[in-house]
Amino acid sequence: MQHRLDELFRQAESVLLGKGDTIRLAVTCLLAQGHLLIEDRPGVGKTTLAHLLARLLGMRFQRIQFTSDLLPADILGTAVYERDTNRFVFHPGPIFAQLVLADEVNRATPKAQSALLEAMGERQVTAEGETRALPEPFFVIATQNPVSQLGTFPLPESQLDRFLMRIEIGYPERSAERELLRGQDRRRLIEHLETALPPEQLAAVQGDVEQVHCADAVIAYVQALLEHTRDSGAFRLGLSPRAGQALIAASRAWAYLDGRSAVLPEDVQAIFPHVAGHRLQPVDDDGAGASNRARQLLDQVTIP
Amino acid sequence: MLRRQAADQLPHRTLLGLLTVLAAVLLPHLWRAPLWLTAVALALLVGRGVVSRRGWHLPPKLINLAGAGLAAVAVTAEFGTIFGRDAGVALLVLMSCLKLMETRSRRDTMIAVFLAYFLMLTHFLFDQSLLTAGYMLVTGWATTAVLIAISRRRYARLGAAEGRLAAILVVQGLPIMALLFVLFPRLPGPLWGLPDDAHSGVTGLSDSMSPGSISQLSQSDAVAFRVRFDGAPPPPQKRYWRGLVLADYNGEDWTHANVDASPRPVSKRAEPVSYTVTLEPHNERWLFALDLPANGPGTGSLSYFHERRSDEPVRETRRYTGRSYSEYRLQPELGDRLRDAYTQLPADTHQRARSLARSWAAKADSDGAVVDRALAYMRNQPFEYTLSPEPLPDDHVDGFLFETQSGFCEHYAGAFAVLMRAAGIPARVVTGYQGATESAAGDHWTVRQSDAHAWTEVWLPESGWRRVDPTNAVSPERVESGLGAAVSSDDGAPTMARGGEASWLRTMGRTWDVIDATWTGWVISYGPSRQSGFLSAIGLDETWRLVAALAGGVMAFMGLFGLVLIGQQMGARDPDPASRLWRRAQRQLAKRGIHPRAGEGPRDYAARALATAPELAATIRQVERYYLRLRYYPRPSRDDLAQLRAAVRQLARERRRTTSR
Repeated sequence: MQHRLDELFRQAESVLLGKGDTIRLAVTCLLAQGHLLIEDRPGVGKTTLAHLLARLLGMRFQRIQFTSDLLPADILGTAVYERDTNRFVFHPGPIFAQLVLADEVNRATPKAQSALLEAMGERQVTAEGETRALPEPFFVIATQNPVSQLGTFPLPESQLDRFLMRIEIGYPERSAERELLRGQDRRRLIEHLETALPPEQLAAVQGDVEQVHCADAVIAYVQALLEHTRDSGAFRLGLSPRAGQALIAASRAWAYLDGRSAVLPEDVQAIFPHVAGHRLQPVDDDGAGASNRARQLLDQVTIP
Repeated sequence: MLRRQAADQLPHRTLLGLLTVLAAVLLPHLWRAPLWLTAVALALLVGRGVVSRRGWHLPPKLINLAGAGLAAVAVTAEFGTIFGRDAGVALLVLMSCLKLMETRSRRDTMIAVFLAYFLMLTHFLFDQSLLTAGYMLVTGWATTAVLIAISRRRYARLGAAEGRLAAILVVQGLPIMALLFVLFPRLPGPLWGLPDDAHSGVTGLSDSMSPGSISQLSQSDAVAFRVRFDGAPPPPQKRYWRGLVLADYNGEDWTHANVDASPRPVSKRAEPVSYTVTLEPHNERWLFALDLPANGPGTGSLSYFHERRSDEPVRETRRYTGRSYSEYRLQPELGDRLRDAYTQLPADTHQRARSLARSWAAKADSDGAVVDRALAYMRNQPFEYTLSPEPLPDDHVDGFLFETQSGFCEHYAGAFAVLMRAAGIPARVVTGYQGATESAAGDHWTVRQSDAHAWTEVWLPESGWRRVDPTNAVSPERVESGLGAAVSSDDGAPTMARGGEASWLRTMGRTWDVIDATWTGWVISYGPSRQSGFLSAIGLDETWRLVAALAGGVMAFMGLFGLVLIGQQMGARDPDPASRLWRRAQRQLAKRGIHPRAGEGPRDYAARALATAPELAATIRQVERYYLRLRYYPRPSRDDLAQLRAAVRQLARERRRTTSR
């Protein structure tokens, strides 16, 4: 299985030049069966990353462009009256896909946002009085512009919690950017790629990830981190037990990608800023951002 | 900016904690304070809570200032001063509550907390009982919890964590408290040079006797003193505690006279009884001793009337030893001048009593027979022992003897002495206490204010002054079994003196008495003299030695505590042998300058070590491999631990070899 993952990373990096770490984090999120939030400026490749993953994983892909007039029905689907059969027939919305890209999720109203986030949490949709299961696997990549931009509805903390990880992409390095500018259109490149890990194999990998051993020493470390966020006074609210579960799940996936069957403290450290960053609000936000604060925190907590 | 302000606001819950703590600290004061002060203090506390709950603004500075001025004026109006204990504490209480109205910044809140600590101390100016000490310990803990909540970098909501930490701090402070209690130099004299008003309201006997005053004393269950007998205690009918001799009579009151003369000679008839008294403060100069006290080593001064005297008013619990003879002959010779003085009665008073006494004297052949006749009169007439006698007419002796015929010890003692003097027999009144209750533990006897008593002494030729207790003739139960037996239950005798139904109350009362006696004996009465006695017994009689012991003791305690903390951080916390071996390897590598960093994982550390000390690479890899396997992988084998141990030893060897080169 490992070689298929290596192949996946090799192909992905050929499209998203110099963004190996970002891709690795995104796949980690996928393997830990969590949803991903990408927050960055426009044009750095958020949408490309989503397309890329859908292609390499052979998933049915849908994109929902969030706008301020988006309605919940535009996401979930509606019942339409059919004259031939004299019945209402449910027309599923774009949410019924294996990989959903919710583009610029903070542009929509809270009502539309919560329709998406409910579906993410429950992995099922209730529309027109009927509950319908979402396909397997089901993976949401939401993108949002930095909150400081105008005309946005920032996601509330409770809804941010539904995303396992939040990552940033950032500008490419100078050499990578030069190659990008010289090369072909990324979309066309993606179309030429082959599926590297079909859904049924993805499910098997996800099963293996759950089997990765997490020793008591690691649990103790995660607890120490949680307690530090609660007691240090640097954050408005400490991390919840659910955030602790997320940390362990993501650490397992990260260890698995590293080819190990046990989690090491370094795995926790690698994913910690991305799992904890969007769940923490520093008390005195000096502009460094919560993810950087979480990174600094790692230097303060001794590993048991 | 807006956020920061919100973050630095005292959370409502913490403020409520502060208010509750302050209310708890103030409570005993409010009990004592005038009603208006209690009302104002409570209104301010509640008001501050409402202001916070509703999110209102605090009153402007000018209003607070006016409030403070008003408080000073009100206190002056109530007490006539703003100095002294009562007025000072009242002012402090008001100012503390007013301070709450301007707790805007963290500094203000801190001041409020420190005021709470200070107010705690002021309670000991009023009362030093075990209850107060215990209550203050609890409020001290609560105040500390609030202090912790507001001292965090950001205000924290007061919660269980703060309570726990405060409890730990309080418990850690207890040994230091005990050390300071024993060693810290005591100031001689009354506690902190208390102003005079500190001693008002202390119960005890007065130096004059007029009908009614002793009855008020009888209503109180308060402990007067406690006694520990060296040998067997005297029988109940001999448990008379001599206080004051009242020899001057003006027709209304019996008063005490100070006679500057040495005690009269006394011939003893039996072995003395030795005992130790722990006297509660009563703010007067007399002490109490078993009748009849004798001079002896350590017994202090005896007055002309054989009263035990103190040089200073007794303002703190005092412990002294005594020796007394229950069989004695006091002053067998009485000069004519004294004889006249002791038979003197104001003219034109007590006509009926005088004529009755004279008729006895005419018929009797000796003074002793007159005494017996008088006692028989009291026994045979329908006299009644009661704590709430009927009001007496103007001539209270005639009224008592011939009309109401109801009263308590004071009436009997006074009337009896008048009868004796009228018959030409020298007589005087003695006040003190009669009786004692054995403690539940059986190690001491307690004399309460309800045991206060008055009796008579008459002078008979040859035998000298003899104690005659007319109350005994009327109500022998009073003398043999105490006040409770002598009065009916609706007569207002206090619980501890009463018998019968509420026996569990008495049992509880006795148990409490043992606890209280221990507290008084060991803590309260540990004054300057007992301290110096104790200190010289353990060889700390010189100042420099004492200071050294004090400093050394505190330092030793802190050092011990520090060692415990270090010990916790070192070996004790790590039960995992793999982890211990890993730290050993880290110590070895630290000698190469590869110090472990906080938050550095084992793999990162190993990588850094490999880069810094490539000559140890192979061994470092071995250590890392087995450590990771043991600590983070499932089901490590015993062999892995052996391998790790071997690798760490190897590392130490190689390190030494390569370093020395």
